[in-house]
Amino acid sequence: MANKIWAFVDQFQGQAVPASWEVVFAGRKLADQMGSGLTVLVIGSGVEALAQTAIEYGADEVLLADDPTLADYRADAYAGVVAKAAGDGQPDALLFPTTTRGREMAGMAAIDLNSGVLVDVTEINLEGDQLTAIRPVYAGKLLSKVVCHAKPQIITLRQRAFDKPEADAGRSGTVTKIEAVMAEDEIKTKVVGYEKAEAGVSLTDAGVIVSGGRGTSNRDLDVPADITDDTEIEIWKAQQGFKLIGGLANALGGAVGASRAAVDAGYIPYSHQVGQTGKVVSPDLYIACGISGAIQHLAGMRSSKVIVAINKDPDAPIFKYARFGVVGDLYDIVPALTEAMKERLDG
Amino acid sequence: MKIIVCVKQVPDSAATMSVEGGKVSWGDAPLVINPWDEYAVEAALRITEEHGGDVVALSLGDENAKEAIKHALAMGCAEAHLVNDPALAGSDSQAVARVLAAAVEKLGDADLVVFGKQAIDSDTGTTAAMVARLLGWPALTLVSAIDEVADDHIKVDRAMEEGRQKVEASLPAVLSIVKDYGEPRYPSFMGIRKASRAEVPELTSADLGIDPPEAVVSWPEVMEPPARDISNEIIEGGSPEEIAAKLADKIMEEKVL
Repeated sequence: MANKIWAFVDQFQGQAVPASWEVVFAGRKLADQMGSGLTVLVIGSGVEALAQTAIEYGADEVLLADDPTLADYRADAYAGVVAKAAGDGQPDALLFPTTTRGREMAGMAAIDLNSGVLVDVTEINLEGDQLTAIRPVYAGKLLSKVVCHAKPQIITLRQRAFDKPEADAGRSGTVTKIEAVMAEDEIKTKVVGYEKAEAGVSLTDAGVIVSGGRGTSNRDLDVPADITDDTEIEIWKAQQGFKLIGGLANALGGAVGASRAAVDAGYIPYSHQVGQTGKVVSPDLYIACGISGAIQHLAGMRSSKVIVAINKDPDAPIFKYARFGVVGDLYDIVPALTEAMKERLDG
Repeated sequence: MKIIVCVKQVPDSAATMSVEGGKVSWGDAPLVINPWDEYAVEAALRITEEHGGDVVALSLGDENAKEAIKHALAMGCAEAHLVNDPALAGSDSQAVARVLAAAVEKLGDADLVVFGKQAIDSDTGTTAAMVARLLGWPALTLVSAIDEVADDHIKVDRAMEEGRQKVEASLPAVLSIVKDYGEPRYPSFMGIRKASRAEVPELTSADLGIDPPEAVVSWPEVMEPPARDISNEIIEGGSPEEIAAKLADKIMEEKVL
């Protein structure tokens, strides 16, 4: 009998995005609850190794589309494979990670398969034989229960919201090859190059995030004499603060975040912004340095497990959300904390 | 070049959201154009400023959507259309995409359809990909820069998790724009005056030649997130080193590293 639960492995240049295995592992548990099997879709070129890993994380069956035309992710080519396979296999549910590619694939699959999509859910429950899900809306200011009444129920799972996947090298499963559905000359996009992201941990994958806000520029420092413009002085100061923040993030193996105020003031690129109009994150440890805690920032990080706030202003709203608070200057506290953490982690 | 930019009206990002009587409330916060859509309008305007043509704003909603449309017009869009049909209330994302795709076809001759990255109310971020799929056009989502626009193709940078992907696609195409693209302009005085006088034609599903698409996703319940059970603890000490040592011990005790 066909498997009721399907999951999609998101990969880039042959490496699976870690969230893919969270989805496979969650799919395994759902399949067990429903007394069914799990089918996993692996799409790319030279990605056969991922099929075996998918089995270790819970797949009973892997459908492998391995073709040179699928080397670069191109939405139309990939979506065609997903729709064809799911159209043939008729799963009850089709799961994706909430990554850029996962979101696109889920949306396109909903169109092709005449169904709907539940995006970025943090919880999936089985009520009778109907799946229901919980998803944050308004950047997590509210939660919504959602149900997809058509099949397949297409769902994308928020990164780090589901159980940490555990591999079992002893599991076995089948690998079936499937074909690409578009020839190269039918594909309307061409990837002409990549520029790698700056080195470092990505915000949405990070277990630890250390963030800076406007407070990074709020310190008397000896500014180099050739910087005279007020805005440039402010940005230079902020960058000294972000160096300290980067040092702490490094010591903890984490990523650097920032408030919208810091990004809008030009202290740090937008890719670091945490909040409603930046990235929504939920690390195990979030350290906010010189961030007052505007509602749109809080919306982006309030689901972090442990929040630490360091701020000069004892009335800053961020303290209400913090497990631990330090009323003090980040320029004094962050370097001292970096040393203290290094001692404890290296020891 | 004809560019259609899709805009949505949402509660301001500074709004405190709550649930009252099972319904979402944003208190007395204003409704504004979805902040991401301002980047979409900006990108569309810059393309036509360089290559000629007009930008047409398109929205789906009720009377409330008019503020978003006015903002887009005030920024410089040449005209705007509102799909306003009570039969479309309760539409889910695929239904919205089906209506927008039909409206794009009805308006006709578009070279590009441009979206913001996502709407800050529902946070789904799938509409651009869905509309592209319905139209059979390439989807270029999360565009951070536009490198080249020609009669039959476009070259863009996409902000992916792994870095910037440079992609070339045939036209017509669907784009979604991210904040790295560049700051949206403020509406000019003349723009605001023009927008306040503009007629915004309204369309129903019948005008688009479609039956209202059926929603397949429902949201039976909206909740406020459970209050976090946090005991706040302020760490004090005589020196930064002393404070840091205490804080470091506390962090280690949480066993999250």
